[in-house]
Amino acid sequence: MLSKKNLQLNENGDLHHLLAIEGLPKRIIERILDTAESFVGINEREVKVVPLLRGKSIFNIFFENSTRTRTTFEIAAKRLSADVVSLDVARSSTNKGETILDTIANLTAMHADMFVVRHAESGAPYLIAQHAAPHVHVVNAGDGRHEHPTQGLLDVFTIRKYKKDFTRLTVAIVGDVLHSRVARSQIHALTTLGVPEVRVIGPRTLLPADLERLGVRVFTSLEEGLKGVDVVTMLRLQNERMTGALLPSASEYFSRYGLTPQKLALAKPDCIVLHPGPMNRGVEIDSAVADGKQSVILPQVTYGIAVRMAVMAILSGSTR
Amino acid sequence: MTTDNLHLPDAEALFNDLKAQMAPAIAYDAKLIGVYSGGAWLADRLAAELDGEHEVGYIDVSFYRDDLSTSGLKSNVRSTQIPFSVQGAHIVIVDDVLFTGRSIRAAVNTLFDYGRPASVQLAVLVDRGGRELPIAANYVGAPLIVSRDLMLALSKDDAGKFALTTEPWMQR
Repeated sequence: MLSKKNLQLNENGDLHHLLAIEGLPKRIIERILDTAESFVGINEREVKVVPLLRGKSIFNIFFENSTRTRTTFEIAAKRLSADVVSLDVARSSTNKGETILDTIANLTAMHADMFVVRHAESGAPYLIAQHAAPHVHVVNAGDGRHEHPTQGLLDVFTIRKYKKDFTRLTVAIVGDVLHSRVARSQIHALTTLGVPEVRVIGPRTLLPADLERLGVRVFTSLEEGLKGVDVVTMLRLQNERMTGALLPSASEYFSRYGLTPQKLALAKPDCIVLHPGPMNRGVEIDSAVADGKQSVILPQVTYGIAVRMAVMAILSGSTR
Repeated sequence: MTTDNLHLPDAEALFNDLKAQMAPAIAYDAKLIGVYSGGAWLADRLAAELDGEHEVGYIDVSFYRDDLSTSGLKSNVRSTQIPFSVQGAHIVIVDDVLFTGRSIRAAVNTLFDYGRPASVQLAVLVDRGGRELPIAANYVGAPLIVSRDLMLALSKDDAGKFALTTEPWMQR
């Protein structure tokens, strides 16, 4: 684990790759959030571009499909004036038998400066970072069930926007934690930033066995777990990752774990609702909540661009 | 760090000289844009003390610099705030120290991403020479010769009083 942790930082302790929130020092997370704050303003201008990464080549390599995440990274790179190329590797050379490292070596030979990688296997971005040329930066855009660090960062950025002080918050994460790299990244970000109580709520079959080790309180009752919380993150029910009979049915799931206005009323009156998207309306979240006053789901999307710009800008300024 | 700052001119006196040059010369409604952080303090004071109606904005040039690959991104980037329309406005960019001209180049580029001003002028407290770009200030508190290996910057105490200080260049 130590080598994984060091892999993200250069000799000066600056961020060189972003692979996971686990092991990131608080000062680095705070620096990303503070820098993102300045990029929020850029995104609200008529000219939404700064010349910071002019001449840099960023390759989005998605071994697993995700139109939305890929698009947000593309927008972020373009607003920094980088040249960005998105490869849908899921449908190209790897199908012809090329290994990940050969794909990376080929793209490096095209003078890539940064790889944004999504892969269905946990740890794939680490493999790439270990073999990358010293000047190349790697961003994990989601690896298997492991982490999705930029999502975790945009979640805490959104929470900070609405709640300011992390050290007084109770935050609940609800749903399919077992398959969720989003939950993992968010838990690490919240605990590193000093949130005193992180709750995880879900059916036992969708909760990993070793959850308490991460410093969270586990609830199997949504009603119990929501009492008095300041923030609730609803996770997407990941039907495509389900194998075996983990759940009786979507409607059964909604009746026990779906967030309705009645259940949200158990939380604090100013509780905000997050969702990483895409939403399954009527499965994990009721439309009245998703579109309601307490929902910050669309601001999450907006802030996600600024957070990804901050990550790319900070990484590009690091040398090794 | 014990750099000898005794021989540096009094920043308050320079400020008054700068203000006296600007007072008869700038437009009544010229907008002042301070470059963080020293230039922002100067712009605030100038707007308060000059006659006329001078709106104030602030620029952080970090996202427009040309040295990301060598110096990295500065750790405390501030948000650029220009709360008025730049289009057609008379603008005075205000900075504490004019040196290579690279920050001013970045500030002008930042400004133009907000609109097309009618005119842009530059006011600096100190011009220390050493230009690497064809940039000159319209208003200068004073020229000053400082060793290249020292960073010259403006500081402000709790009472709002300005002072010039030097220190060795630091890695960001």
